[in-house]
Amino acid sequence: MQVRRAYPPGHLRTPWYVRGHAGVIERLCGAYPNPEELAYARSGLPAQPLYRVRFLQRDVWGEYSGRPDDTVDIEIYQHWLEPAGGSTA
Amino acid sequence: MSEHHDHHDHDHPHATLPDATERLTYYQAMEVAVRELLVEKGILTADEVRRQIEDMDGRNAGLGAKMVARAWVDSQYKQRMLTDGNSAAEEVGLDHGAYTLVVVENTPAAHNVIVCTLCSCYPRWLLGLPPDWYKSRNYRSRVVREPRAVLREFGLELPDSVTVRVHDSTADMRYLVLPLRPAGTESWSEDRLAALATRDSMIGVALAATPEPD
Repeated sequence: MQVRRAYPPGHLRTPWYVRGHAGVIERLCGAYPNPEELAYARSGLPAQPLYRVRFLQRDVWGEYSGRPDDTVDIEIYQHWLEPAGGSTA
Repeated sequence: MSEHHDHHDHDHPHATLPDATERLTYYQAMEVAVRELLVEKGILTADEVRRQIEDMDGRNAGLGAKMVARAWVDSQYKQRMLTDGNSAAEEVGLDHGAYTLVVVENTPAAHNVIVCTLCSCYPRWLLGLPPDWYKSRNYRSRVVREPRAVLREFGLELPDSVTVRVHDSTADMRYLVLPLRPAGTESWSEDRLAALATRDSMIGVALAATPEPD
């Protein structure tokens, strides 16, 4: 999967540093009310699937100096994910 | 100069007393206003607010250590803890509230460390209030991109053979590191082991404490 390279305004839980990067799903965490809606006092429903996505540090940071298999795991909501190699605006 | 200063000449700044801070910040003032309104309108009582604060201040890393020690002595419990943190917390009598606990296990080949780059998400119900450094921009921005250097600053030098896994707590999960059980504790009781599972070892910036020799 990869994270959409999008920069909408609002309250977002998708860190900038990972947008546009490809990773693998580590697990499905369940479905949770969408924080982007909750932040504006809306219900956040329907609940959105939330995944833990594992990225290789060397993919995320160009100059990463640790081991090539060092990772960073991040929780990403489904609507921020697209198939790897997909189009990114 | 104050009388206090007359007794010793120096130029380093004194710590500010908790009550002697500058004017309230915008958000501090808002918190006071909202709290007073909630009490005035009878939605909460001042005693309920006080009790919540008392409850939060009373929490500490001993709660998380209870889970860690149980996992060290009971491999089946450990497996349950790694697949479903919440029910493992319930098993030892801990209340997780609305959060979902993910426990990540350190092994001789992989070391885990927790951060919240967006704010300061932290398993308060297991570890108490987070340390100031956990909330600092320095830790939050650096541990995610140069974890080995940051861990070294904490005094934890990881060999090159160990993979580092950073966990960025960005949404609804809360994380706890299951540290490696220290060598030489094979005969130890669960209670005694719990003292070795320190707060920092459960965040992942340290190993479990070294046991005193028997």
